[in-house]
Amino acid sequence: MVDVDSATAVWELGARISDFTFEGALAGYVTALACHAAELATRHAPRASTAAAAATTRARTAGAVAVITSDGGPDATDRDGRFAPDPAGAGWGERLGRAAIMVTAVGFGMNVASIVMRGLAAHRAPWGNMYEIASLICAIAAGAWLLVAARAHVRRMGVFVVFPIAVLSFVGGTVLYTPAGTLVPVLQSYWLVVHVLLVALSSGVLMLSGAASLMFIIRSRYERRVVNVADDRSFVARLPETATLDRIAYRTAIIGFPLFTFAVVAGALWAEASWGRYWGWDPKETTALVTWVLYAGYLHARATSGWRGSRAAWISILGFASIMFNLFFVNMVVSGLHSYAGLN
Amino acid sequence: MPPPDTIAARRNEPTQKRPPTRRGRKAFTSATAALRNLWRRLTSMHTALVLLFLLTIAALPGALLPQWSTSRVNTSKYIADHPEIGPWLNRLGFFNVFSSPWFAAVYLLLFISLIGCVTPRSREILRQIRRGPPATAPRNLSRLPHHEALTAVGDAAHAGERIRGRLRRTGIGGWRTAMRHEPDGTVIVAAEKGYLRDVGNLVFHISLLALLLSTSVGSLFGYEGSVIITAGSGFCASSPIAYDDFRPGSMVNATTTTPFCVDVDAFHATYTEGGQATSFQADIRFQDGAALGTDTWQRRALEVNDPIRFSGDRLYLMGHGYTPTFRITYPNGAVRNYQQPFLPSDSLFTSEGAVKVTDPPGYPRDQLLKNQLAIVGVFAPTALLAGGVLSSGYPSQLSPGVAVDIYRGDLGMSTGRPQSVFAIDNTQVARGLLVKKAHAVLAPGQSTTLTDGTRITFTGAKEFVSLQTSYDPAQGWALVSVLFMIAGLMASLLIKRRRVWYRIRPEPAPPADPAGSLVIEVGGLARTDQAGYGREFPSLVALAEDPSSVSGRRPAAAVKGQ
Ligand code: HEM
Repeated sequence: MVDVDSATAVWELGARISDFTFEGALAGYVTALACHAAELATRHAPRASTAAAAATTRARTAGAVAVITSDGGPDATDRDGRFAPDPAGAGWGERLGRAAIMVTAVGFGMNVASIVMRGLAAHRAPWGNMYEIASLICAIAAGAWLLVAARAHVRRMGVFVVFPIAVLSFVGGTVLYTPAGTLVPVLQSYWLVVHVLLVALSSGVLMLSGAASLMFIIRSRYERRVVNVADDRSFVARLPETATLDRIAYRTAIIGFPLFTFAVVAGALWAEASWGRYWGWDPKETTALVTWVLYAGYLHARATSGWRGSRAAWISILGFASIMFNLFFVNMVVSGLHSYAGLN
Repeated sequence: MPPPDTIAARRNEPTQKRPPTRRGRKAFTSATAALRNLWRRLTSMHTALVLLFLLTIAALPGALLPQWSTSRVNTSKYIADHPEIGPWLNRLGFFNVFSSPWFAAVYLLLFISLIGCVTPRSREILRQIRRGPPATAPRNLSRLPHHEALTAVGDAAHAGERIRGRLRRTGIGGWRTAMRHEPDGTVIVAAEKGYLRDVGNLVFHISLLALLLSTSVGSLFGYEGSVIITAGSGFCASSPIAYDDFRPGSMVNATTTTPFCVDVDAFHATYTEGGQATSFQADIRFQDGAALGTDTWQRRALEVNDPIRFSGDRLYLMGHGYTPTFRITYPNGAVRNYQQPFLPSDSLFTSEGAVKVTDPPGYPRDQLLKNQLAIVGVFAPTALLAGGVLSSGYPSQLSPGVAVDIYRGDLGMSTGRPQSVFAIDNTQVARGLLVKKAHAVLAPGQSTTLTDGTRITFTGAKEFVSLQTSYDPAQGWALVSVLFMIAGLMASLLIKRRRVWYRIRPEPAPPADPAGSLVIEVGGLARTDQAGYGREFPSLVALAEDPSSVSGRRPAAAVKGQ
C-alpha cells in the first residue's frame, strides 16, 4: 500500500524543486544574455585577425554568399584559429563572453534538473503541456548552442541564440506556467513521449538555425556595405562571418529537418491510433506541413542559383517563425484537436 | 573554378537541350518548342521553389479559418459572424481548402514538376553509377578546397594501380575509380564516392509521390462513421445509415462498408479531485465476419489511443457523456421509459439535450400532433443550482439532476426541416405549435405533473460512448512511403558525395635513381552543399604514400605552378 500523505509530500517537494530550478534557469539565460550583449558592446574587443579580414574579403568578392572557406571541413576555423580567442584582447569583452557561456551552462543544467524533477514528481514524461514543452525546447536549444559554441568558436553569436531562449523560458514561466499534474487519458500514450520529444528536439535545433540565419542576413548586408571589416568598430564586425554563419545554419537545419519529419510522422501515427485517421488537416497538422514545406524550400533554395544566401536565410527564419506560430497561436487561439495547452 | 556548391546547383538544373527539328511545318515546330520551353520552365528548381511557397500560402487559410471537414459548428458560426465575407470565402473554397480546386492546382503542378525533375535525374544518376567518374582531372588540383602534394619513387603506372587498389578497398562500397595515362607519362586516378546521396534524394522524391498517391486513394475509398451508444445497448453497422454521421470518400457506396456489431456493456471513467479525467474505458462485446448473427462475441475493453482493428476497419472510443432517463405516466395510465444522450457542453459534463416523444400513447390519430411531448434542458452529473441555472460541479454522478422544460404540441417532425437530436425545432415554438407547459428541476426519483395529469419522472442517467469506425485502404502504403521517404532524406542529407583526384607525374629522374621519382598531387572536392569533406581527406592522401618509398610530403606551395 502506498502511503498517500507521503506520496503527496514527495510530489509537492519534487514540483517545488522543479519550479525553483526553472526560475534558476531563466535567471541564468537572462544573465547570459546580458553578458553576451555587454561583450558585443565592449569597445575593447579584439581586432579581427588578418586572416579573418582576408576570408571576409574573399566572401564578399564571391557575392557574400556561402563560399566554402579554405577547406570546408568542420574544424577548419579551429585549425587556423580564425575564431580562436585573441590572447592580446583578453580584456573585459573576452571575460564577459566566457562568463556568458558559463552562465548559460549553469542555466542549462538547472533547466534539465527542472525537467527531470517534474517528471519524477508527476510520474510521467515531463512534456505534457505548453509550459513543459517550452521548457524542454529551451533546454534543447541551450544544449545544442553550448555544443556549437564549444566546437566552432562562435561565441559572439550568443546574443542572437540566447535571446530567443530567454524569451521562450520567460513566456513559459509566466504566461504558460501550469502546476505539475496528471494527463488527460488521450495524452497517456507512449506516442506522447516520442512525438512531443521529437517536436521539442527539432524545434530547439531549428531555433539555432533560425538565429544563425538572422545573423547571416545582418552580417551579409554589413559586408556588402563595409569594406574594411578589420578596422570597423560596429558590433557587427565582431559577429562571425557569413560563411561560418551559413554553415551553422545549414548543419543545424539538416539535423533539425529530419527530426522534424520524424516528429510529424510520429504525430500521424499517434493520430491514427487516437483520432481515427493519420492526417485530418487539423490546424496543428496543417501548420506542421507548412513548416515542413518551408524547410524543404530552404534546402531547395540553397541548391538554386539566385536563391542562395539571404533569400535562403529568410526562408529558414520563416520556417522557425512557423514553428513558434504553431506552438503559440495554433494552441491558444485556433481551436483544434490539439487541446493539450493546459490553459483552458 | 566555381565554388563547389555552384557545381552542385548546376547539376540540378535541367540542362539537356535537344537540337531543334529541322524539318516539319514551322507552326508545329514553334508549338513544340513553346511546349518544350514550358516543360523546361515547369520542371526547373525556380518553379519548384515558387510552387512550394504557393503551397504553403494556399495551406494557410486551412489552418487559420475553420474548415467544414474538421468543424462544421465553428464553420457555420464563422460564416454567420461574418455576413459580408463569410459567404464569399465559402464560395471560393476557403472553408474547404484541402479539396478546393486552387489547392489541387498548386499541388498537381508541383507534382508534375517533381516528376519532370526526377525522371531525367534518375536516368542520369543510373548512368553515373554504371560508368563511374570520368577519367579526367581539373587542370590545377591545388585550387581545389582540399589539396596536398607529396613525392615518391617508382613507376607512375604502378603507383596509379596501387592507389586504385587501395581506394577500392576503403569504406562501404568503396570508391568508383577511373584511370588515365597521358602522353607525357602522367597518370591520373579519379575517384568518386557517395552516389547513395543522389539515390537517396531520388528515393525521397519518389516516395513523396507515392505518399501523395496513398493519401488520395485513402480519401477516395475510405470512410468514417460515428455513432453514440448508451451503455446497455448496441449497434450493428449493417450499412451507412446505421451511423449517426457517415463521411464517405467519393468512391464509397453502401455495399463497401464492413459489417460488424458492437454492444456496450459499461463505461468507466476516473477523475482527479479537480475533475480532470485520468482514464476512460468501455467494456464492449463485438462480432464481425462469420460470427455475425451468431451468439459468439469477443469481449474487449476499448480505450482511447487503442482502437479495435478488424478486417481493415478500426473502431475507436472517441468520447463519452450522459444519457438521462425519464419515465412518463400518461393520463390513460400507460407508463413508458425514455432515454436520450445529451451533448456535453463543458469539461464537467453539463449536458444539453432533448427527449422527443413523437407517439404519446392514448391519443387518437388526429390528436397525436397536438400532444407530442418534449423534455428539453440541462443535465448535470453533479448538480449545482445557482440563480436558477443548473450546471455541473464534477464530471461523475455524485448527485445528478436535470433542469427541464416540458413542451407539448407538434414537434415538427413532418415539416421536412432537418432537426438536431439534441434540440427541438424552435420555429415550431415561435409559431405557437409547440408550447412550454412546465419547468422543473429534478433529482432522481422526483417528478413533475402537467395539468392533464401526465407525470414526468427523472429516473437517473446512464453513460453513453461515442464510437467511430474508420477505414482507409491505403494507410499501410502511406506508412511504407513515408519510411522510404525518411530513409531517402537521411541519405541525401547526411551522405557526402565527394571526389578525389591523384595526378602522378614522373619527374626527370636523377641518373642515380633508376626507379625514377614521382610527384603525386591529391585534390579533393565535396560535391555536397556545405556538408564538407570532413576528416577523410588526410587518409586519402595517406593512400598515395608508399611506405617503402615515400620521401616526404611537400607543402602545396612548392609544387604550385610547375
Ligand atoms: C512537394 C514537393 C517537394 C518537397 C517536399 C521536396 C523536398 C526536398 C528535400 C527535403 C530535399 C533535401 C534533400 C537534399 O538537400 O538533398 C530536396 C532536394 C532536392 N529536390 Fe526536392 N522537394 C519537392 C519538390 C521538388 C521538385 C518539384 C524538384 C524539381 C524541380 C525537386 C528537386 C530537388 C533536387 C534537385 C534536390 C537536391 C538538392 C541538392 O542537391 O541539395 N524537388 N527536396
